[in-house]
Amino acid sequence: MSILELPLLQQLVLVLAAVVLFSSFVLLAQSRLVSTIHAFAWQGALVAAVPAVAAAAGDLPHLYFSALVTLLIKALLIPWMLHRLVRHLELERHIESLRLPALVNMVAVVLVIFSYWLVLPMVQQGLTFTRNIVAISLAVVLIGLLMMVSRRQAVAQVLGFMSMENGLFLAAVSATRGMPLVVELGVAFDVLVAMVLFGVFFFQIRESIDSLDVDRLNRLTESDR
Amino acid sequence: MDHGLSVSSWALAVLQALLYAALSPLLVGWIRKVKARLQNRRGAPMLQPYRDLYKLLGKEARVAHTASPLFLAAPYVVFVATWLAAATVPVVLLDQPASSIADIIVLVGLLALARFFLALAGMDVGTAFGGMGSSREMLISALAEPAMLMAVFTLAVSAHTTNVASVIDYQLSVGLALRPSLLFAFGGLALVAIAETGRIPVDNPATHLELTMIHEAMILEYSGRYLALMEWAAQIKLALYGVLIANIFFPWGVAQSFAPPALGLAAVAILLKLALLGAALAVAETVLAKMRLFRAPAFLQLALLLALIGLLSHVILESGT
Repeated sequence: MSILELPLLQQLVLVLAAVVLFSSFVLLAQSRLVSTIHAFAWQGALVAAVPAVAAAAGDLPHLYFSALVTLLIKALLIPWMLHRLVRHLELERHIESLRLPALVNMVAVVLVIFSYWLVLPMVQQGLTFTRNIVAISLAVVLIGLLMMVSRRQAVAQVLGFMSMENGLFLAAVSATRGMPLVVELGVAFDVLVAMVLFGVFFFQIRESIDSLDVDRLNRLTESDR
Repeated sequence: MDHGLSVSSWALAVLQALLYAALSPLLVGWIRKVKARLQNRRGAPMLQPYRDLYKLLGKEARVAHTASPLFLAAPYVVFVATWLAAATVPVVLLDQPASSIADIIVLVGLLALARFFLALAGMDVGTAFGGMGSSREMLISALAEPAMLMAVFTLAVSAHTTNVASVIDYQLSVGLALRPSLLFAFGGLALVAIAETGRIPVDNPATHLELTMIHEAMILEYSGRYLALMEWAAQIKLALYGVLIANIFFPWGVAQSFAPPALGLAAVAILLKLALLGAALAVAETVLAKMRLFRAPAFLQLALLLALIGLLSHVILESGT
């Protein structure tokens, strides 16, 4: 089934999924901490838009609710908390020099191809029209992981982790017509708790090594050599 | 296609090519006018580029002592190659012979030929500015070309052809459809067009004496009719990219048959589309500042990335099984 045979609203879902993938690349390439948070907020809004439009396209009203929860938590609440944290840590003007940005981008492209190859047998089983999005969401998860690997700054690593969660949510929506409400609320609550814990950790790390550059943790030794 | 039609369609193809040469200064004048209005100036009249070209064509051409014959030949090569490339992109009529003998890869090749001679001419006289301009132009184009080809391939895999006219024909036959690959290819091609025609985030077209200039630095040694040809070629190149983007991504109105009403409608449509694109470019140039030269690779990497995501999203989301 090619995209041209689908109704317009379902095409819009696929376009939104592609834009989510692009937002992952945008997230990966930001060097300013504040703009990384903004990019993450946009990704959250896009991820929330996917179930909203899918609900309208497939007549699945319960998806509206999960779209609303996602929008509130991932596009508004968590970015706001991160903003506040960054302001408290006085990192608003922090600019991280990215290591090998071109190489990281190309690795991310390879990850997209890899996740397509991985998902291919599953897609051939045929689910709903959203089945093609599974590869995209797996790619978003892997790119989030890549972001955690390639960044040195603790806040940026947390953003990579959160964007992985965005990918998982997208996978859940596209593969299964949405999770049960209890599971969804539980996951949302987990993410929030994780965010609070990360906030505490940030302060702890900075207190002990006077920076949020995680590479410095490698240099901790018990005694001076 | 019978013979009589083919003669008249060749005539129309030649007319179309002449249209490029005749209307491209108007597009530049329009962009300058919109930009001036946005900056609260009255600006030069829209016909000013024609007057500039006329003035330059009438002036005596001075050539440096150190210049080789290549320096004199380059403006002609650049102009003809750019014009030929423009002639392969359909403006008003889809089914024309010029676009069936050259596909989009030939178009990229012709533009590369023009650029090669432009860079050689920049280095020929041996001034520091010319060499700097040439090296920068090559830096930009080496990064822009893969992005352009990738965007073109994205279009080609959906349409199953690399011929511009067939791609436009395919777009028309599909009608209104939201396709992620098209969105990203549009983004990539627009960024490439901005870089290749030397518009603001990459190069400033309004400057003559600045250390950061690219295109102007290469043609600094030219005067008289040679300068006129170089300027004209740059204007045709801008019109080429404008028509390419307008007709591939917004193909509505292009005439598919050889009937006068359809042709008239197509002419109005393309003028309207170019006016809108030109206004959008003027707005973008007003709100954006020129980037440092060393950030240009990042800009073009974004273009390549957009085109790559377009290609991937075509494979993942659009083809289906």
